[in-house]
Amino acid sequence: MSRLGLILSVLFLSWSFSVPTTAQDLSGDDMRSLDGQVQEIKSDVLDIASELGNLEERLLYPSNTQLALFVSMPANESFRLDAVKIEINGEMATHHIYSFQELEALRKGGVQKVYAGNIVTGDHELRVTMLGKLENGKDFDQSGSFTFNKGVKPKSLGITLAGPGQSGIQVGDW
Amino acid sequence: MRRAPASWIGLLLLGLLATSPSRSEALKDLYFGEALYYAHQGQFFEALERLDGEVKQHDDVDEPELDTLYAHIDDAEFSLGDFELRYRMHHRAGRAIKAVLEGAVDERIRNDAAYRLARIHFQKNQLEDALLALDRIDGKIPESIRDDIEFLRANVYLAQAKPEESIATLEQLKNSDSFAGFAAYNLGIAFLQSGQRQQALEQLDRAGQIVTKDPAELAIRDKANLVLGTILLEDGEHERAIPPLNRVRLDGPFSNQALLSSGWANLSIDRYERAIVPWNILASREVTDLATQEAMLALPYAYGKLDVHGRAAIAYGHALDAFTAEVGKLTESIDSIREGKFLEALVREEIRKDKDWVIRLRSLPESPETYYLMELLASHDFQTGLQNYLDLADLKEKLETWESSFDSFDEMVDIRATHYQPLLPDVDTQFRELDSRLRLRIEQHKMLVRRRDDLLTTPRPEFLATRDEQAILAKLEAMDAQLTDPESPSQADMRQRIQRLKGTLTWKLETEYHERLAVFDANLRSLGAAMAIAQEQYDAFVRSRQAATHSFVGYEKPVNRLRLRVKAAIDRVDLLMARQGRSLEVAAVDELIARRSRLKNYGDKARFALADSYDRATQSQARVEEVQ
Repeated sequence: MSRLGLILSVLFLSWSFSVPTTAQDLSGDDMRSLDGQVQEIKSDVLDIASELGNLEERLLYPSNTQLALFVSMPANESFRLDAVKIEINGEMATHHIYSFQELEALRKGGVQKVYAGNIVTGDHELRVTMLGKLENGKDFDQSGSFTFNKGVKPKSLGITLAGPGQSGIQVGDW
Repeated sequence: MRRAPASWIGLLLLGLLATSPSRSEALKDLYFGEALYYAHQGQFFEALERLDGEVKQHDDVDEPELDTLYAHIDDAEFSLGDFELRYRMHHRAGRAIKAVLEGAVDERIRNDAAYRLARIHFQKNQLEDALLALDRIDGKIPESIRDDIEFLRANVYLAQAKPEESIATLEQLKNSDSFAGFAAYNLGIAFLQSGQRQQALEQLDRAGQIVTKDPAELAIRDKANLVLGTILLEDGEHERAIPPLNRVRLDGPFSNQALLSSGWANLSIDRYERAIVPWNILASREVTDLATQEAMLALPYAYGKLDVHGRAAIAYGHALDAFTAEVGKLTESIDSIREGKFLEALVREEIRKDKDWVIRLRSLPESPETYYLMELLASHDFQTGLQNYLDLADLKEKLETWESSFDSFDEMVDIRATHYQPLLPDVDTQFRELDSRLRLRIEQHKMLVRRRDDLLTTPRPEFLATRDEQAILAKLEAMDAQLTDPESPSQADMRQRIQRLKGTLTWKLETEYHERLAVFDANLRSLGAAMAIAQEQYDAFVRSRQAATHSFVGYEKPVNRLRLRVKAAIDRVDLLMARQGRSLEVAAVDELIARRSRLKNYGDKARFALADSYDRATQSQARVEEVQ
């Protein structure tokens, strides 16, 4: 055999861009069976998560004292929300610094449960502060105070955060 | 040997088939919004956890139209299927979408669901089912998925080896905004599959020259050129193979293979200098790449053909050193995988947070195995296994966190029980007293209300007499009863006086009746308000009392049940992770052994060729000296 033939006999094996498949042939019955079992355990764990979530809510946030705060942004909001701080009756309830992914999720219509806690029935004061950056790169912050009444039922409040010149901070019942 | 064309289309589809949940104009359901928040961040477990519960709850309500999810239910059910698909739960995703399909929904929504179902079947390689789902599409079709449907249909035909049907479908997509590039390429593959070689070459040539700036279309353009060049090369049309191979971008994903093939095409028609150019570029690239390794041998071979044996010997020596080093690395990698370090590297949190985590794996000094596994990592089967393994690792982390929280739950319940239990007996005693008093007052209030209502229909002025007036009346009655002698003049006088006094009082009661009734009614109304407040306080107390009990009673069974379920799930996850991990390790080790074997073979060739080049260089030198 000529040298060219000799070398080509080795090299032509990898001529095509397809990768040799010996090691990749994982798609046998075992693989499918494993995949099916993984899907089953995912389903089971989701059920556990759901049951656990209900139990946790019942245990940690009884309905007569439950307060949940949710943050959302209006569609097409262009300012960059960096952080939000929430005080209830003058005491810090929570603060959150937004990652890029979280901000994108809010911009696309997601709603973030930013706080869950307990509070007695009656009137309360909610103070929301947001920090961010405008499109022109300037920092900005804005605060707003709101009163709300907590009755005997669980209370959910929606906080809508819009940039300056828009509707600003809005709080409403969900 | 020509590779199966079906394998050439695989990579295109995954990226194209994903959709994202739409943004509702006015979100009415908070939990749907929360699910979207997680889904938009790629956290599909959390998204499913919220949305699944919300949809189930919606299904159970008596009046669904009053539920906040009602406005979004179609979107929510779609999203549920979508999230399940993205969380690689194809079984459940199929069920969720079938439910939409079989429901009484708008034609557009049903067609969208049929498309999604077809997509799931296609991804699971259930081609007949995919076509059946596509055949259910009829009537109004959402504009946004019109081309997607036809592209999917064409791909199903192609995967079924029905190129004629595929060609007919792809022809319609030539002018599609989204699919023109992909359709052009797949059309070429379909022609090839149908045995229409000439049309296939012409079509691939067209697909390889489309003008675009879209990265995905640029990649498919490269692929079209590479496939065209490879076909021509394999068919011995070396010269014709060169232009399409040269059109492949140098910085694209198919660059290495194109450079390699371009070198071979030039070499095959004895253009050795031209073969050296692409191989020179390629030989200096990442040494772990298959094409690079091949070029490291091919380059000195071309030098040898040009009688530059000295340079060839140096290049063979360089290749030999590189191969020897790589064989060493591969051996280390195989040992490392067998020690379990590969799986450890895969689940490292800081790696997985990076979107280019597969690339970053290469830079981990403690996991050299990843150098050689890039292609394996990119293969579909391995990806499925790998994603399953990573998902299982996530599940395990969640389950272990939950498991550790059960003790806290128990402790919390104990603390509450310790706090409330001693207080409750006294509270209950006081409550019982209050309860009986309140019930009495409620009855009294009801009686007064009844009396007021009676007075409105049947006036009874005496009922509105004051306490003093009632006493006077009673006294007058008593005095009158004592006057028993009808003949006595003094008693007759007394009786007359008593009658006069009674008349005066009756006059007063009759004339003031309406005024008194108004006052009575006003008083009753204010009493009603007070009773309502008392009732409200009573209810609040009852709720607080119930809440106190509920805060520590009734948790033992559900907590223990969940504890057992979590424990059982951890055991199952451990078992599955071990099996899945083992299959990944075996695949990785097999791949590395194959690569090592190939490299050893290359090393042998390089060693032989190196010696041969030295001989030739020496002979050549001797001939020069002889001539001199």
